[in-house]
Amino acid sequence: MKNLFSYLPVVACGRNRKGTILPPCQNAALLMVHSIFQLFINNQWKDAISGKTFPTINPATGEVICQVAEADEADVEVAVKAARNAFALGSPWRRMDASHRGLLLNRLADAIERDSAYLAELETLDNGKPYAISYAVDLPTVVKCLRYYGGWADKWEGKTIPIDGDYFCYTRHEPIGVCGQIIPWNFPLLMLAWKLGPALATGNTVVLKTAEQTPLTALYVASLIKEVGFPEGVVNILSGMGPTAGAAIARHMDVDKVAFTGSTEVGHLIQQASGSSNLKKVTLELGGKSPNIILSDANMEDAVEQSHFALFFNQGQCCCAGSRTYVQADIYDEFVERSAERAKRRVVGDPFDLKTEQGPQVDQEQFNKILGYISSGKREGAKLMCGGGVAADRGYFIQPTVFGDVQDNMVIAREEIFGPVMQILKFKTLEEVVTRANDTKYGLAAAVFTKDIDKANYVSNALRAGTVWINCYDVFGAQAPFGGYKASGNGRELGEYGLDNYTEVKTVTIKVPQKNS
Amino acid sequence: THPPLFIFINNEWQDSVSGKVFPVYNPATGEQICEVQEADKADVDKAVQAARLAFSLGSVWRRMDASERGRLLSKLADLVERDSVYLATIESLDSGKPFLPTLFVDLQGTIKTLRYFAGYADKIHGTSIPMDGEYLTFTRYEPIGVCGQIIPWNFPLMMTAWKLGPALACGNTVVLKPAEQTPLTCLYIAALIKEAGFPPGVINILPGFGPTAGAAIASHMGIDKVAFTGSTEVGKLIQEAAGKSNLKRVTLELGGKNPNIIFADADLDLAVEQAHQGVFFNAGQCCTAGSRIYVEEPIYDEFVRRSVERAKRRIVGSPFDPTTEQGPQISCEQQNRVLEFIQSGISEGAKLECGGKALGLKGFFIEPTVFSNVRDDMRIAREEIFGPVQQIMKFKTIEEVIERANNSDYGLVAAVFTNDINKAMTISTAMQAGTVWINCFNALSTQCPFGGYKMSGNGRELGENGLKEYSEVKTITMKMVAKNS
Repeated sequence: MKNLFSYLPVVACGRNRKGTILPPCQNAALLMVHSIFQLFINNQWKDAISGKTFPTINPATGEVICQVAEADEADVEVAVKAARNAFALGSPWRRMDASHRGLLLNRLADAIERDSAYLAELETLDNGKPYAISYAVDLPTVVKCLRYYGGWADKWEGKTIPIDGDYFCYTRHEPIGVCGQIIPWNFPLLMLAWKLGPALATGNTVVLKTAEQTPLTALYVASLIKEVGFPEGVVNILSGMGPTAGAAIARHMDVDKVAFTGSTEVGHLIQQASGSSNLKKVTLELGGKSPNIILSDANMEDAVEQSHFALFFNQGQCCCAGSRTYVQADIYDEFVERSAERAKRRVVGDPFDLKTEQGPQVDQEQFNKILGYISSGKREGAKLMCGGGVAADRGYFIQPTVFGDVQDNMVIAREEIFGPVMQILKFKTLEEVVTRANDTKYGLAAAVFTKDIDKANYVSNALRAGTVWINCYDVFGAQAPFGGYKASGNGRELGEYGLDNYTEVKTVTIKVPQKNS
Repeated sequence: THPPLFIFINNEWQDSVSGKVFPVYNPATGEQICEVQEADKADVDKAVQAARLAFSLGSVWRRMDASERGRLLSKLADLVERDSVYLATIESLDSGKPFLPTLFVDLQGTIKTLRYFAGYADKIHGTSIPMDGEYLTFTRYEPIGVCGQIIPWNFPLMMTAWKLGPALACGNTVVLKPAEQTPLTCLYIAALIKEAGFPPGVINILPGFGPTAGAAIASHMGIDKVAFTGSTEVGKLIQEAAGKSNLKRVTLELGGKNPNIIFADADLDLAVEQAHQGVFFNAGQCCTAGSRIYVEEPIYDEFVRRSVERAKRRIVGSPFDPTTEQGPQISCEQQNRVLEFIQSGISEGAKLECGGKALGLKGFFIEPTVFSNVRDDMRIAREEIFGPVQQIMKFKTIEEVIERANNSDYGLVAAVFTNDINKAMTISTAMQAGTVWINCFNALSTQCPFGGYKMSGNGRELGENGLKEYSEVKTITMKMVAKNS
């Protein structure tokens, strides 16, 4: 049954509503559900205690979509209390069969699947990613991730252990407790699923803060969380700013664990906050400057297209973007030429136009930052092959940009740009490129394109990165762990490994009269 | 409407090659319900061919994402849930199980098992291995291939789910023969399998008899694995047939003569009720029946008295009467067999406390029967009765009861009732049984491996262990130019 409110025209309903009428968008049926303006705590919708709100902006136009409640420390306090209550021994959530937790996750997946056209529109409106991609990629991947973790709930087993002595010993895999989760704006729904899936499968309760740029879809999912029957307090969703609400979560004395996905810069702060508060467990998924290595025996056409996708997907706003494309000397010139030609063909436009490949960057700040990097590339002597400027009069659109003749020491080769700017570098030998590829503080992902089995094995073994793709890029599955070496983070998300981050292992040892094997 | 009464091969309904049909009976009345196409060797050959084709490299089923296999199983579970009242009705009609427990226990167990294995499909992991030498090594868990599955009549739907769940989650194709007494719900599941969208040939269902269709499966050269649940007697035949034919992998879930040990410090009310349900559930037709109840001497007389009183209160009646606790035995043959055991108990000198006779004029009902003063060497204490007959024995010491409990060729389950943690740990370690219950009985759930020691079978069903039986492990070792850790 669709949410009743989605059929109502956009008029004020309920007290303290601070919504505004929507700007026109592609789909005239896009109606706002009243609840996506408020905080979701204890299965209830609340204004922020301070009454404050903040605007969320449509990056394709620069216009305000609506105002959203702005959570601060006081609201985090209320949410944490709700989550703590929901986690109390004897609570409905603690007493629930693990298989039933899994069933709820599956029902949530079903509800999201049911409402995926609406969610895809909302995601595109708030984030700027092309609708065709929100609908055909983001939403199905979200559904699959929740279903995957729904299946794990009653399969996450401890062990019984042949300990020395007259004892019977076993481990229990228990939930950690109240988990703070702070997610980014580049894949709002997907990041929500990556966080909720393993946390709820293992029986934790959650206080999740969305990115201030993209608060809307998570708040809609909150209504589905309530609809499918999660007990109150198990999931709490707060919209708000990093330095206030996010920091409050990271330093809260009663939050047992924090999971953060975002910039390495903020990752440092989260880890410090844990250390200076209650030593809460920390997992981080941070930035990257991922090397994409093209050997001369690679299939040229395939490598060019995959490398283009590796960098430009999601407007270049991927932590794992292949932003250092190393091309072997003998194919370098042709590769650069073909990449520039492909980039020139990239269709930038209205995200609701189904032909659009690239939408706007998420906000003004990112827009300015990326243009700054492009300037530095020019200044430091990289060769601008195409693009290099603003793509439209309004919104935050940037031309697909390709730099050739990039050197390892240039800023654009060392720092994460997070925009549609491709760096192509030349190398001679395998050993050389492996050394250069590893010469970074990051270590999130990497790729190699080659037909040669020995080279593929050598490179994938040697690269210090959490994911290595061979003859492909950005291939993800809910089943496959993902995470960073070095300053790209710690811990792995997805797969069975993703459950580790949300588990406390308890060893139970019982004295027995006489042990027998 | 009725379930399709045909053989299901390649997602199509087919007559038997021979043209033969066989009758299916309602055990509550003895009357015939309908006739079903009877599969024999020729039909098994057709089914194996279909299953083999569906398993070939490059087929839809082999190319399918593991997660999508899981989705199909999940859809099947949803369809079973949608039609659960209908399925419970047919199950009751065909097997004589009381309707309400069938709806609340059998159907729920079936749905949960399918959902559990649906969730496992994309979580079957091999490993990458730090081998000696300049090598990259990893394992793949591949499906075995064409799996023959032969299921019994005591829990037709649940047994279908226990077999299909792991086999399909792991990517196998299946040729399944339901028991000749109870083919109907399995054939309805076949219709749901088609509705859910499984590719043709992945699951094939062949109603028929053991000595013909079942034997053809066990000895087929084109079947890679056989899984059988049923009597130990037939289990031995299956194992022999596998050895004589192509050494197909064999897993067996066979009979039991399960000890239920009651200590003097147990919660007596709980123990009496659990022991009662433990042996009388499903009219005694459970491989897990707690059919040897060992009661510690100090509480023996009281335990017998309460058990008799409880057995006398057990309501035997029409499966569709909501107050009924116990329906009929599955067939005339089984009924006679149980009555013969009861006679042997009497003639060997056990004390018949209550019951002992057939009940009613129509159908195959037997009175809930209790024997006390049972000696371990009596037939009723050694052999599987598979009927509503409870044996209560006396013991003195823990060492004695462990020895007596283990003194059996069977080893399926055991139970102990006690408040003492040391007794509980000692007994549960000492029992030669695949499942040991402490202060409970028949506590089964799809997450927990289940199977027998000794002649109660080999292999485990359910839980993660259940998947192992449906996978072949392939090790792949690749030369590396220079290994680094």
